[in-house]
Amino acid sequence: MLFDLLATSVKLVFFLAVFLAAITPLMVWVERRFAGLIQDRPGPNRLGPLGLFQPIADVGKFFFKEDVMPAAADKLLYLLAPVLAVLPALSTFVFIPFGPAVEVGDRVVPLVVSNANAGVLLFLALSSLAVYSLVLAGYGSNNKYSLIGGIRASAQLISYELAMTLAVVAVLIPVSSEAGSFRLTEVVAYQQGHLWNVIPQLLGFFVFLVAMFAETNRLPFDLPEAESELVAGFHTEYSAMRFAAFFMSEYVNMTTLSALCATLYFGGWDLFGFPEWAAAALAGLFGPLWLWMGLVGMAVLVAKTGVFLLLFVWVRWTFPRFRYDQLMRLGWKVLLPLSLLNVLFVSAMTLAGVY
Amino acid sequence: MIETAIFLLFALLAVGSALVVVLHRNPVYSTMSLVVTLVSLAVLFVLLGAPFIAALQILIYTGAIVVLFLFVVMLLNIGREEIGQHGGMLQKVLAGVGALVLLGMVGSASWGLYGGAVAKPLDEDFVSLTTLASELFSSYLLTFELVGLLLLVAVIAATVLAARPRSGERVEQEVEVAAGPAAGPGPVTATTGDAVLPREGVR
Amino acid sequence: MVPVSWYLLLAALLFAIGTAGALTRRNGITIFLSIELMLNSVNLTLVAYSRLLGDHTGQIVVFFVLAVAAAEAAVGLALFIAIYRHRRTIDLNRMNLLRW
Repeated sequence: MLFDLLATSVKLVFFLAVFLAAITPLMVWVERRFAGLIQDRPGPNRLGPLGLFQPIADVGKFFFKEDVMPAAADKLLYLLAPVLAVLPALSTFVFIPFGPAVEVGDRVVPLVVSNANAGVLLFLALSSLAVYSLVLAGYGSNNKYSLIGGIRASAQLISYELAMTLAVVAVLIPVSSEAGSFRLTEVVAYQQGHLWNVIPQLLGFFVFLVAMFAETNRLPFDLPEAESELVAGFHTEYSAMRFAAFFMSEYVNMTTLSALCATLYFGGWDLFGFPEWAAAALAGLFGPLWLWMGLVGMAVLVAKTGVFLLLFVWVRWTFPRFRYDQLMRLGWKVLLPLSLLNVLFVSAMTLAGVY
Repeated sequence: MIETAIFLLFALLAVGSALVVVLHRNPVYSTMSLVVTLVSLAVLFVLLGAPFIAALQILIYTGAIVVLFLFVVMLLNIGREEIGQHGGMLQKVLAGVGALVLLGMVGSASWGLYGGAVAKPLDEDFVSLTTLASELFSSYLLTFELVGLLLLVAVIAATVLAARPRSGERVEQEVEVAAGPAAGPGPVTATTGDAVLPREGVR
Repeated sequence: MVPVSWYLLLAALLFAIGTAGALTRRNGITIFLSIELMLNSVNLTLVAYSRLLGDHTGQIVVFFVLAVAAAEAAVGLALFIAIYRHRRTIDLNRMNLLRW
């Protein structure tokens, strides 16, 4: 009992520190430099080599900016919205595995913070709570543009949530028919024995990718916070640390969804057996196996997540924004039928024994 | 011990937020309190050995249904309830008494039946999804299909009911765009695109 | 261990609160929310009984109640939108066209 608690907290702290605390400032820098690269300009290059200290300056700016609140705003909802943005973003990462089950002393510990049986379902459930922050921010700001941004955000998020859930269901069908449960550790184990899921389920992968962009409010689906159209959408009236909360929650959301995509479609922490071999080799030199396994597995996962984050940034500075009716049409009339087709196809293949 | 503590905490939270749902004037606050109630009930479901139902509750109820409520509240700019109603006090008292009587009846019935009975400890088979799913898709398959049909009918009905009425004359009308919570002095008016609202007497 | 009847009592309490709300309020949306509260209390009762009797039937019925509540919420809110277009209000005391 105590051992379980200790193991879980160690995994939690490790995952938090590496995955979220380290990635978010890095993402700020990557976004701005990469934007500069795409737009044929240098990007921030004043602070430190290659502008690497820019995130520190950004954090400092957020701390010292004046904290304004509209006089007629609904105080409780206005203050609650940034908190509600951060909570689902920070709680969904616990289901993502970063290594196989390792032996610590005499116990077998799976390298995932929460190995819940309904793990994927809980992930989707918690990420669906992100809608409330947008809607409450829009409503509580007492501002026309914010309200329109908030309403658009709620409709967009619940529409694309459906296509994403169906794409995930298609991934889980062959896994559960083989392993009996659909924990994310089983999904990774399935991909170790078969091809990475992206190859047999390419259509599902594309549906998930598009839905991922819509769920995180990133271009080309960022109409709720459209800069050139709605002032700043639902976070118009937020400044300083509250805006930083929205900003951070967006990056954390992107990171967690990219990690989920990497786990579901690209094998998660596994790279054709390389992490286990490397961890065994390193453990032969010094240190316990479970520590090296965790570190190497985490490194592979971070690398794969980084590829997707780069894709996020790349797409943002390449494509124009969808109009609202085009966005709704895409979500309901294109993505939903495609994901249903995908589920049908995968079910047929699983029944036929091909998968 | 821990289980009792968790139960008491989330039961109190559920009851408190249920009271806020029922008593608060602002519909947005009522909706958010319903979210709190639903999440605490989901925790109680987990305590009762139904994690799948808890996940479904959060995913469907708080993730979609209550969002729909919020959407409609903000779309229609439903303001606070007007105070003062003729004969309101009697109605409130009677409703309260009726609710207490209902609570007494149901409570005594359930307590009398099961008293202090404690269920046997949870085992893996009860909590597992496989048993639930196999039962759902074997004994209850017909009900499952019928509920799917019901949802289809509901989608069609909702689309038809909320669609704009296609009357002969399209009338441009000024509607008050929702200006958020402070709808008091001077709400801003703006013209929406084509608000098709038939004027009285024009058919 | 928590006795199952505590869950049943809690569900009864939530049902009573929901009923009082549905009977007292004038705002259509709040009445709707009270009805959802009542449905949820029924869900809690069903899951509690399922735990007590070791049968999965309770959880399956909850599954269906969830789906039916979603369908009802969708249609009810669409009705509210349609009513609002004509009457400009959701106050149920103003829906009195059929009163004598």
